[in-house]
Amino acid sequence: MTAVAAKQAFVRELLGRSDYAIIGDIVSPGARVLDLGCGEGELLQWLASNKNVDARGVEIAGEKVRRAIARGVSVFQGDIDEGLADYPDLAFDYVILSQTLQETRQPRKVLREMLRVGRRGIVAFPNFGHWRVRLSMLASGRAPRTKLFPYEWYDSPNIHFLTVEDFEALAALEGLAVERRYFLAGHRKVSLMPNLLAEVAVFLVSAR
Amino acid sequence: MIVEASVVSFASISLDSGATLAPVEVAYETYGQLNPARSNAILVLHAFSGDAHAAGISPETGKPGWWDNMIGPGKAFDTNKYFVISSNVLGGCRGTTGPSSINPATGCPYGMSFPVITISDMVRLEKMLIDALDIPRLLTVTGGSMGGMQALAWAVEFPDRVVSAIPIATTTRHSAQQIAFNEVGRQAIMADPDWNGGDYYGKQPPARGLAVARMVGHITYMSDDSMREKFGRRLRGKENFGFDFEVDFEVESYLRYRGSQFVGRFDANSYLYITKAMDYFDLTSGQGSLAAALAPAQARFLVISFSSDWLYPSYQSQEIVRALRARNCDVAYAELPSNYGHDSFLVDVAEQTELIRGFLASTLERAA
Repeated sequence: MTAVAAKQAFVRELLGRSDYAIIGDIVSPGARVLDLGCGEGELLQWLASNKNVDARGVEIAGEKVRRAIARGVSVFQGDIDEGLADYPDLAFDYVILSQTLQETRQPRKVLREMLRVGRRGIVAFPNFGHWRVRLSMLASGRAPRTKLFPYEWYDSPNIHFLTVEDFEALAALEGLAVERRYFLAGHRKVSLMPNLLAEVAVFLVSAR
Repeated sequence: MIVEASVVSFASISLDSGATLAPVEVAYETYGQLNPARSNAILVLHAFSGDAHAAGISPETGKPGWWDNMIGPGKAFDTNKYFVISSNVLGGCRGTTGPSSINPATGCPYGMSFPVITISDMVRLEKMLIDALDIPRLLTVTGGSMGGMQALAWAVEFPDRVVSAIPIATTTRHSAQQIAFNEVGRQAIMADPDWNGGDYYGKQPPARGLAVARMVGHITYMSDDSMREKFGRRLRGKENFGFDFEVDFEVESYLRYRGSQFVGRFDANSYLYITKAMDYFDLTSGQGSLAAALAPAQARFLVISFSSDWLYPSYQSQEIVRALRARNCDVAYAELPSNYGHDSFLVDVAEQTELIRGFLASTLERAA
């Protein structure tokens, strides 16, 4: 396979995770990027090779950390809930929380820390307000299970469910500036009634 | 791959203690080829009882090197891509100047007149070797245990000479527990009448003391799990207890064997000097904090620890990582799951290999 074909294949895979595609667009070339809950480091590796960023990651699962380091990404094995306290202020241009915020024990603290160590935060999360989630719960009377939230309640890594409106409210409460917002359903952008129609939301925020 | 050791000699070296050693020799081996840009060199630093023979087969002993599973074609330190250098430390007894070397002033072995050395002294001698080999920058400096201490010291003391560092199963300073185990080893040697104040060359060496010291060491290198798996309570060549103080258990036999083997290849005075150097090592000393001590470092770091290593526990590696993060240094860290205790970095190398291979490839790519 040629390098070009490989890159295109990876872009398709990046587009396969729609929030990755948006994040890939937002991050400026050469930036310093910290990905919290970076998994196996695929996004960081893509950003490093396509946007020449200085890529760092934090991940709690040892197996994923090992795969990320084996890809050449600088990942630290640690718990983001236990803090980013070691990092100096404004060490990064962007701090990414890609489908991670809803898995943290203390989302407010993580958001504050994120905007202490980074100039901007990119927060992507699955929208618990999507109509399928609402319908699932209304119809079954049980904890909703959808394509977006496929887990039984007892298996779910998601411990803090939030909607688009919830995030807007928290951003206002925390005094964050929302610089951009993107709402996605599959590969389509949603412009109307995002709280009802968006499956995934991506917010670019900064401290005011 | 048969590899032979080389020796390079220098007029003198100044030591942290204020003393000067003159002359000083360093034994080293190399594997692979230095590229025309001289940019693919890796310095591998051995642990306490290691030597320059890190890889390949020694023509002298017929034995593979101590990291032969990590260094070679297609291995973590791939000798098809990298030029690997391994030297014996200052104070050692395997070709580099140490207490068993002849003091030119007296014509006799130094013994206890050898000056006390430090990890920084070892690193300064290694830097003289790298200068002699005309290598402007090392792609990486790496080692486990005491080798990791040297890798850290390299990154701080010669920041413009190292692109990256891979300290493994190590610490920035010995804890009371680590000093305590070393002191037991030293006391075992010095309590042996054959030690004779360090003056035993050409006579009966303190074999019993050195063997006991090594037995203690071996216990600290293993884990409860690995000892249970390897020995359990199995008896050695008997069905029932002997009701005497000969060997009953497999573990006793193993420790005695390792102890007696060590006597044949290691000098008791080197044991004293090198363990003292490890105990003195403290990157933070006089710097206020570890982060301040690491301030000069510019290298990219990969820090590795092992889950069952209780001699150099993961918290010590995490201290290094936290201090590097506080400096906003580029650092990757993983604790690898292994049952082999401190020895893991020598024997359980599959995952360690994957990490190092990826780290080196991306470091080489960025440096290009």
